[in-house]
Amino acid sequence: MKRTLTIFRGTKENGRYEDYEVEQQEGMVVLDAIHRIQAEQATDLACRWNCKAGKCGSCSAEINGKAKLTCMTRMDTLPDGPIRVGPVKTFPLQKDLVTDVSWNYRVKKRITPFTPKTYTPEEAKKGEFNMKQEDIDRVQEFRKCIECFLCQNVCHVLRDFPENKEVFDGPRYMIRLAELEMHPKDDADRIPYVKETSGVGHCNITRCCTEVCPENIVITDNGIIPLKERMSDRYYDPLRMIWRKLTGKS
Amino acid sequence: MAETRSSPAHPRGFFQTFRKDAWWSYPLFTVIVLGAFGVYSLWAAYTGIAGAEAFHYLDHGRDYLSPFYSPCITDACAEGPLAGTITGVTVVTPALFVMWMPLGLRATCYYYRKAYYRAFFASPVACSVDEPRKKYSGEAAFPFVLQNLHRYFLYLALLFPPFLLYDAWLAFQVNGSFAVTAVALVMLANALLLTGFTFGCHALRHWVGGRLNCFSCSNVAKGRYGLWRGVTWFNKHHGKWAWVSLVWVGLTDAYIRAVIHFGPSIDPILFGGA
Ligand code: SF4
Ligand code: SF4
Ligand code: FES
Ligand code: FES
Repeated sequence: MKRTLTIFRGTKENGRYEDYEVEQQEGMVVLDAIHRIQAEQATDLACRWNCKAGKCGSCSAEINGKAKLTCMTRMDTLPDGPIRVGPVKTFPLQKDLVTDVSWNYRVKKRITPFTPKTYTPEEAKKGEFNMKQEDIDRVQEFRKCIECFLCQNVCHVLRDFPENKEVFDGPRYMIRLAELEMHPKDDADRIPYVKETSGVGHCNITRCCTEVCPENIVITDNGIIPLKERMSDRYYDPLRMIWRKLTGKS
Repeated sequence: MAETRSSPAHPRGFFQTFRKDAWWSYPLFTVIVLGAFGVYSLWAAYTGIAGAEAFHYLDHGRDYLSPFYSPCITDACAEGPLAGTITGVTVVTPALFVMWMPLGLRATCYYYRKAYYRAFFASPVACSVDEPRKKYSGEAAFPFVLQNLHRYFLYLALLFPPFLLYDAWLAFQVNGSFAVTAVALVMLANALLLTGFTFGCHALRHWVGGRLNCFSCSNVAKGRYGLWRGVTWFNKHHGKWAWVSLVWVGLTDAYIRAVIHFGPSIDPILFGGA
């Protein structure tokens, strides 16, 4: 069966959608079709990919207006008619399907990394800290992130308001912060950062990030909301603030 | 270089998107259901309960109280553990004294926030659909920063399930002896659904254990981990609990009103009764 792909070509200043026809073969994913077009019809078509296994997070794009990994989107799951493939919207367009996602790496750098607590005498004797499964489970979910930035792309705070990149780190970094904050052996306090710099308050928990995550990380409910609750403990809950003043306990 | 919003690769403007699926179905559903519930519940709370004796339905050996009126706390209420707590107020119905608490829980609930920010504020109306406003600060600024006080509505709402269960218990008696009526079952389901909704609250999940960084470090922490897991079980489907319990509370009220109006023929006794 022949399928038409309507692919974005060009740059920000000079770009348009162009049609290409490919033969849809069984099990073909959108990235296969792009490669076929690249090989046979448009050798200068720019796209980014690496693993073709949904694990490197490079091939993010918007397929029929929805953010997806092109390597994990089978063509036979898409409705009949032309398939529109465009670059992600939230990051500066370089060419065709390629965007510059380096803003994400700059955000990551400013987050205080894992800061281990000193060993208890018992742990020191053993020379190691053993983490229990129940503590692992909660943070391991966040470790599945492949940094495809699909969540950053669909987050309306960043997508529709580019100026918010100054004040909001985006869902990918919310789960990074959650992962570190919930770690039993981490000693850093990132809650002031969560409130002031990461700007968790900008998130209005409309959950587009959770819906799009190819690793099925429950970003909003397991990561962002717990951070919001921790922030409330510290900054918005009058009773807890009084309790802290009186007892010195958190 | 400042990033501009225009991109030749993406449509821009009110509700513009390249999505081909029915992205409008969720916000439309939300507008209809939340809108209908809002109008109905305000009507139900303001108008009192026509034909009921002091807000309870006490005919034909039954005792039913609409969940909107529970717990009934003014001296105009027929009975109940808190009847007469507030005296001398006749200009408003007893519902208005209590209803704001569960409504406040829902209004600030982390799930409903998604629903109404999408449907009523178009912020965003659906994922990857262009948002019709120039600036956005979400819950980082007034008024939505007040959502951070959601936990206080939780504390108040936790008081309600026992009263609703008590009302259901009274409903399971006809002429003083145990009986299963259709309304009693509906009221019991209502109490359980509301409990399930409340027990799945994110603020509760945080409170009972989520705020700990180590679940295994002490016996108390281990106990709290158990509680956290329990709340997590309800929390996983908090959105579904939210919808079903919302519709059910309206139906429960409507059913009781219908029984008052049409008589017990529409409230069969399924078991027991004198
Ligand atoms: S839930 Fe929050 S972080 Fe996730 S997409 Fe929505 S606004 Fe962005
Ligand atoms: S959280 Fe999910 S969607 Fe976001 S970058 Fe990681 S894998 Fe991608
Ligand atoms: S190519 Fe690696 S995730 Fe698609
Ligand atoms: S009731 Fe929904 S999050 Fe609290």
